[in-house]
Amino acid sequence: MLPFTLFALMFLLVPTMFIVVGAFRAEGGGFTLAHIANLFTPSILAAFSISIRISLASAFLGCLIGFCVACALTVGGLPRWIRGPMLTFSGVASNFAGVPLAFAFLATLGRLGLVTVFLREWFGINIYALGFNLLSFWGLTLTYLFFQIPLMILIVTPALDGLRREWREAAEVLGASRAQYWWMVAFPILWPTLLGTLALLFANAFGAVATAYALTGSSLSIVPIVLFAQIRGDVLQDPHIGYALAFGMIVVTGIGNALYIWMRTRAERWLK
Amino acid sequence: MRPNRIWAWLALAVGILYFALPLIGTIEFSLRMRRGVYSFDAYRAVLGDPQFRATFSFSVVMALMTIVLGVLVVAPTAYWVRLKLPRWRPVVEFVTLLPLVVPPIVLVFGYIRLYNTSSWLPLTGTAGGTNVLLLAGYTVLALPYMYRAVDTGLRAIDVATLTEAAQSLGAGWITIMARVILPNIMVAILSGAFLTFAIVIGEFVLAALLNRPAFGPYLQVLGANRAYEPAALAVITFAITWACMGLIQLVTRLQKHTQVPR
Repeated sequence: MLPFTLFALMFLLVPTMFIVVGAFRAEGGGFTLAHIANLFTPSILAAFSISIRISLASAFLGCLIGFCVACALTVGGLPRWIRGPMLTFSGVASNFAGVPLAFAFLATLGRLGLVTVFLREWFGINIYALGFNLLSFWGLTLTYLFFQIPLMILIVTPALDGLRREWREAAEVLGASRAQYWWMVAFPILWPTLLGTLALLFANAFGAVATAYALTGSSLSIVPIVLFAQIRGDVLQDPHIGYALAFGMIVVTGIGNALYIWMRTRAERWLK
Repeated sequence: MRPNRIWAWLALAVGILYFALPLIGTIEFSLRMRRGVYSFDAYRAVLGDPQFRATFSFSVVMALMTIVLGVLVVAPTAYWVRLKLPRWRPVVEFVTLLPLVVPPIVLVFGYIRLYNTSSWLPLTGTAGGTNVLLLAGYTVLALPYMYRAVDTGLRAIDVATLTEAAQSLGAGWITIMARVILPNIMVAILSGAFLTFAIVIGEFVLAALLNRPAFGPYLQVLGANRAYEPAALAVITFAITWACMGLIQLVTRLQKHTQVPR
């Protein structure tokens, strides 16, 4: 117990607290809100805004597509053997983030990527001429989806398995159509899982740095990249802005994770 | 059920296409280095690069050390919590889940500020100290996965009875841990270990900000300067992740065969 406590204190709790306290400590000691107030400059607000929008978009689309695929795997009536490999693959893909993921998308949707070239030479569609750019909001969202969708599949498949057959049969006996069953029985049971996973995916995307950094360099100013540059000492010499930025990140991911845990305890009421 | 099938296949097809295309794209791109023909030139260039070998082996050693430290920190704690301190369970679980809440970049920022050269424990001052810091950071990143794996393993065995049996035969705590508990949860530890390996091997943020010559920063620098080699490296990294996940499945399946049904 002691080694764990010591380890957690030294390398997890104290460093985090140090940042949080630093966000509120004035130059000579004492409490201040000035550093937090300094966050409300146009450039930093813009960074938070684009970060939150990318995280929301990738979390929402990840939930939607992941849910559809998970539905297909569980209640869609596909052959059973597809399920195992798909779930294993989801385990791999949800861990395939970081720098290599950026390379994979550059090789696919970059200016010389497979899909880009294919669309241009076979269909005459130049996606870059149409305004697409991998180093942009949608490019990053599309890239994040590569680990968001599998994560959603991994989390929501057990929840879909938990939908009892009896519920569907009971609904059918009572004369419900398929849509009515989904809308009035399945979704009310599933929505805490769905909403919780949405929050988790949001936090997951918000904290990711490596993919974005490898993909865009520092050209797309999302919050983690601003903080990265700040720590490296490229910009903003005031370390307190760094503390405040880091604190802001903890707040956002903290809210996301708290929502997830809260929703999961609600979801477990039915899915036992 | 009939009309359902069509959209189920459709959803599956979209999913598979989305995941297959980047992989195919990467593999195809990595073979394009020589003009006009497919070749393994990019792989040859990468594997022949001494920097690749140096950074890759650095990361492998780091990953192995992280696994050892992770097991040393997590296993006795999870065991003790199950045996003697069940009331502390929620607290320990909360702490092990914290690394999912605190982004790695914030964590490493805390390290840099807390253990800088003018602090009480100047770890960042020397290469060895920074390596210790990196190791600790990786262990923190692996904490949620390691703890959950070990805890699941402990749930499957009767910790109290095993401990009492060992104690009545005169075993001390270290003997109990090393010769009774650990062998019984080996499979759980291995699956945690492979996941840890997959996470650490390509990790970028911690290594880059602590300025250590790990594989992740090397990947990033190469990506900024070369065209085809990064794709080859992405394929290699993906294969490593696959291997780790495959090994997890394998050890789990092996255990099912060796375990006596209860």
